[in-house]
Amino acid sequence: MIAKIAWKNIWFKPLNTALSIILLTASVAIITLLILLQEQFEKQFDSNIDNIDLVLGAQGSPLQLILSAVYQIDAPTGNIDYTEAETWMKHRFVQTAVPLAFGDNYKGFRIVGTTPDYLNVYGKGVNEGRPFAKNFEVVIGSAVAAKMNLKIGDKFFGSHGDAAEGELHEDHAYIVTGIAVPTGKVADNLILCNISSVWAMHGAGGHTQLIEGVKEMEADAPGHEHEHHDEAVTEEGREITAVLIKFRSKMGIVMWPRLIAQNTKMQAASPAIEINRLFSLFGIGLQALQYLAYGIMLISGISIFIALYNTLKERKYEFALLRVNGASRLQLLWLVLIESLLLCTTGFIFGTVVGRVALSIISGSSESEFKMSFNPLEFVWQKEGYLFGLTIFVGILAAVIPAVKAYSLNISKTLANA
Amino acid sequence: MIVTKNLSFSYGKSTTFGFPDIAVPSGESLLITGGSGRGKTTLLHLLGGLLRPQAGEVVVEQINITGLSEKKLDRFRGQHIGLVLQQSYFVASLNVLENVLLASWLATGKQATEKAKQLLQQLDLQDHLHKQPSQLSIGQQQRVSVARALINEPGLLLADEPTSSLDDENAHRVAGMLAQLAKQYGTALVIVTHDQRLKDIFPNQISL
Repeated sequence: MIAKIAWKNIWFKPLNTALSIILLTASVAIITLLILLQEQFEKQFDSNIDNIDLVLGAQGSPLQLILSAVYQIDAPTGNIDYTEAETWMKHRFVQTAVPLAFGDNYKGFRIVGTTPDYLNVYGKGVNEGRPFAKNFEVVIGSAVAAKMNLKIGDKFFGSHGDAAEGELHEDHAYIVTGIAVPTGKVADNLILCNISSVWAMHGAGGHTQLIEGVKEMEADAPGHEHEHHDEAVTEEGREITAVLIKFRSKMGIVMWPRLIAQNTKMQAASPAIEINRLFSLFGIGLQALQYLAYGIMLISGISIFIALYNTLKERKYEFALLRVNGASRLQLLWLVLIESLLLCTTGFIFGTVVGRVALSIISGSSESEFKMSFNPLEFVWQKEGYLFGLTIFVGILAAVIPAVKAYSLNISKTLANA
Repeated sequence: MIVTKNLSFSYGKSTTFGFPDIAVPSGESLLITGGSGRGKTTLLHLLGGLLRPQAGEVVVEQINITGLSEKKLDRFRGQHIGLVLQQSYFVASLNVLENVLLASWLATGKQATEKAKQLLQQLDLQDHLHKQPSQLSIGQQQRVSVARALINEPGLLLADEPTSSLDDENAHRVAGMLAQLAKQYGTALVIVTHDQRLKDIFPNQISL
């Protein structure tokens, strides 16, 4: 009954109530959004570098190299010489080395020349069909397959460069031979082929023979790198974009960046370090937003306080009357407290929903721009639990003074001065 | 029924009231008159347990309420004492029926819906059950307070200037209903007022 009165009371002043709830909703929504974004963003970035210790690439911004080679969201730093890179790929520290050559895209999805090992760096191989073997055979990521409605055996033409509007390569069609296992990582949004396909697509006609050589070699030996190297001569003059390295021993992570910098014109960048740097840059912006949200929450607390405190003046007769009718002091205290908590809980529920709606909107645009999507239905129980606790705390704090005033109301004086 | 003995009360050191002993059996009524500043409302609040006397006893339904703890007094008041004030106050967000039921719930933990409806009908309010109290006229509001004061069939019904803000017609109507219902429910009725119009209706009178 007390809860029912509290419920009726908050709807009796709809504008006050709406203001308090809107403010609470706004702050809870922003904080929820930040919690989810941060959590999923970091998880996505971290999961993509699970199997990559270093990235070998052209000199330039190490962050750019990581973003382009690992996350496929930035332009490459430039090209490196395949022969030179290969001598490092055979280094004794190295466990796996996956070369990458960027060239084209299909309707915005990057076509990456690599070895079938790439599929193991990010995922669990091919779901349907088989890995690419010959030139212009491709394995497509699960998201590409779904969005472009491509099936095994389908053919398509790539466009030059990163932009979907690039010049169409109409000489050679790619043919889909496999669809990768969905991983939730960048590989879902890529189209993978062998490196010589990329070279062939961009090479002059005179190089055809060389390309054929490479093609055969790669066809024979996905995983057999030794045969690869016997014919390395044929690849002279060929360039790739980057190499993803996983080391046998962690020594490599420490020593390589210097070794590479001193002995070559390439650079070796650590994804872990660069992503940390990126997060700390983001961190400042996220923190500013967080402070803003806590500020709004403070304001909503004050708004609840003012609403409760103001109505107390007119409601003191109501409270005196409840006492006359047999309500105890404690019940009045509860009444005020419950009103505030109802507002806060409603605000919290709306906020969580609105935050998730916002996330799904953001997810839509980040999906089309960066091929990165967020799951609005994920719950980060611990952090959101803290947020709920904080909201309730704000509600209690806002209600304390009005509630105590109601509790200690002098009924005789109130009614006598009426 | 209600019996008082040697009641006195003081506001600070300067103002002290001594009150004559009163005794009102169940079903009877008593009109207490007196000019302003004579402690009429103070007496009523003492009788209703809203104030604690400096000395003396207030015995309602065989219980000396001056000795009860704050919490027990709240409970006792809810169950055994009904109060009608000069101006009616309501929980503004609840409708007429809910306001009456609230008194029943606070006292007993149950909502005596049928009884409330019957009581409101007796007070000629059957068409206003689901209106907000603020939508009613002052006379109607006063009758709702009477219904609310009687819903728990209290042993004592106190009325503080119940008719002062009403016109002649409504004053007579409310006073008549108070007298009739008090008799019907076997409630001791104490009215404090300076309203001369009530003197004809209630024969038992004392003056402060």
